[in-house]
Amino acid sequence: MSTFRWIATCLAVALGGLVMAEESPMLGEPVDADTLARVDFTILPNGDGLPAGSGTAIRGAAVYQQHCIACHGEEASGGVNDALVGGHGSLATDSPKKTVGSYWPYATTVFDYIRRAMPLQEPGRLSSDEIYAVTAYILHLNGIVEQDAELDAESLPLVKMPNRDGFVWDYSP
Amino acid sequence: MDDDTTEVVAGNGLLDRRLFLRGGLAGGTVLLTAKAGGVEREDWMKAPGAPMDEIGEPSPHESHVKRTSVRSSPGTTGTGVSFTPHEHLDGIITPSRLHFERHHSGVPDIDPGRHRLIIHGLVERPLSFDLNALGRYPTVSGINFLECSGNSGAALAPNPVQAPLSAVHGLVAGSEWGGVPLSILLDEVGVKAEAKWIIADGADSPMMSRSVPLDKAMDDALVALYQNGERLRPSNGYPMRLFLPGWEGNMSVKWLRTIKVTDQPAMTKDETSKYSDLQKDGSAKLFSFPMGVKSVITSPSHGLTLGPAGIYQISGIAWSGAGKIARVEISVDGGSSWADAALDQHVLSKSLTRFRSAWRWNGAKSIIMSRATDEQGSVQPSREQLLTNRSPGFFYHYNGIQAWQVAENGEVTNVYV
Repeated sequence: MSTFRWIATCLAVALGGLVMAEESPMLGEPVDADTLARVDFTILPNGDGLPAGSGTAIRGAAVYQQHCIACHGEEASGGVNDALVGGHGSLATDSPKKTVGSYWPYATTVFDYIRRAMPLQEPGRLSSDEIYAVTAYILHLNGIVEQDAELDAESLPLVKMPNRDGFVWDYSP
Repeated sequence: MDDDTTEVVAGNGLLDRRLFLRGGLAGGTVLLTAKAGGVEREDWMKAPGAPMDEIGEPSPHESHVKRTSVRSSPGTTGTGVSFTPHEHLDGIITPSRLHFERHHSGVPDIDPGRHRLIIHGLVERPLSFDLNALGRYPTVSGINFLECSGNSGAALAPNPVQAPLSAVHGLVAGSEWGGVPLSILLDEVGVKAEAKWIIADGADSPMMSRSVPLDKAMDDALVALYQNGERLRPSNGYPMRLFLPGWEGNMSVKWLRTIKVTDQPAMTKDETSKYSDLQKDGSAKLFSFPMGVKSVITSPSHGLTLGPAGIYQISGIAWSGAGKIARVEISVDGGSSWADAALDQHVLSKSLTRFRSAWRWNGAKSIIMSRATDEQGSVQPSREQLLTNRSPGFFYHYNGIQAWQVAENGEVTNVYV
C-alpha cells in the first residue's frame, strides 16, 4: 500500500504542503459510543454483541405464528421459503437437507439473522425478547433445546449445534 | 479471405487464431452496395439526424438486449436475481445497466447526504466517513469481474437447461471499479495487533453481513464509489460498496454501512449456511473465497443461431479469481482436439478476458467448448470432474466446462459431454 500512501502524500504536498509527508488525509469524523451502539449489529459466535433480553420456545411459538409461519410453514417445515427444521443425519446422503437444525454451525447466527432480516417485509419489528424466543422455538423444533429453556446473551452461545464440527475452513488467515 | 492461407489447427475446421491478428476475417466479408447508374442515398442520409441528448441510449434496434431471468423469490418483491445477457455482448466491460443483480431484499433508496461508512471494532479510533470525505481520498480503479458464487448453478441440473446462455452463466460481469483503497481507511482508524477479520454490513433492509479476512481487506479491497466511470448504480450499491477483486460476489457487500474489525469471523447466515460447499462425506468447506478459473463461449451459444456453413468467429469470456488468464483452448469436435484461442489485448488480473477463434463450420452437427487456464496453472475442470467430488447439496462455485451443440440448421443448444 506504499503506492497509495505515496499518492496521498503527493496530493497533500501539491495542495499546499500543509500536511506532513507520510500522513493520510484523515477525513473521518470521530464516532461516539452512542452512535456505535446504534449501528453495531455484529454478533460473534462467542456471544459478543448479543443484546439484553431473553425468551423460551413456549413464548416463541406465538411469535412464530404471528410473523414467520406465512413463509416458513407449520412448525417451520417450509413454505414459500426455507424449511428451518429436519434433515438431521442427511448431509452425507444423496438427498442432503440443509436446515438450521441439520446444517447451521452456530446458534448465535440464528439470532443474528432474524434480528437483521426478519420478518422480511418488516425487519426491525421484533423486540430482543421476541427474537430470543423465536430462536428458542426454532431450536426446540430441531430437538436442540428444551421447550422451557431460557435463552439469553449468556446461554445462547453455549448451545452446541449438531453440525458445529461439520465445517472445514478452506481459508487460512 | 484466401483459404490457402488459413491453417486448420484442430479437428472439425478450427482455424489458426492468427487470423485475428491479421484482421483477416473482416477483409473478405465486406460487401459494397454500389449501384450502377449514379450515386444514391439511404433514407437516413436525406435529412439531418436526431439532435444531441443528455443521456445516450442504445439503439431501439437493440431493445432485445436486456437482463434476463428477472425474478423474485415467491412472496417477495426484491429478493432475487437478474442476469447479464452475455450472448449479446462483447469485450470485457459489461454496461452498468446490464450488470447482473442479486439482492436479498430489494434495492434501498439511500440518501447520499445522510449515508455514512463507520469503521470500528478493534481499532484505535472509530471513524465515520461521508461521501464527500471519501471523495477527497486518492482514488484507484481496476478492471475486474464480479461473479455471484451461485453463477452457473443451473449447470448442475440433471439435464441441460435449454435457455439462453445468460440463464445459466449470467451472474458474472466485468466493470471498471473505482474507489478508495480500504487499506488507507483501515490505517487511519488504527487496526489493533490482534485483529484478523473485518465484518462488513450493508444498508439494505436485511443488512447483508459478511466476514472478510483482514489480509484481503489490506491487499486489494476497495470502498467502491464508481463503476465504469459513473457513480455506482443503486442496484450495484449506491453510494458505496465493498469490492473484493476475484472473490465471491456476495462478499462485496453493497450499500456498505459499517466495517467492524474483529479477531474472528462472525459466522453470518450467508457465509455458513449458504455459500459453504457440502462434500460427499457430509462435511462442508467454509470460506472458499476466490472464484475458480472459468470460461464460457458467448458466441455461438444458446440464444443465437448460425446461418449458412462457412467461417464464424467463436468468442467468449474467461476469468479467474487467482489472477490472469494464461490461455483459453477451444474444441469444435466435442473435446477430441483443442487449439489455443487468441486473447484480446487486455489480459488483466481477476478480470474478464475476451478470447476469440475462427471456425470454418462445414454445416455438420458440432459440439464447441472452451477450457481456461490461469497464471497459477489451474485448469478449468470438466463438468464430470466437478461432479465426481460434489455432494448433491453442493450448489455454489461451479466452474465446469460449458459445451454447446450446433445443429445442422444452425440452432445452438446446451449439451453435456
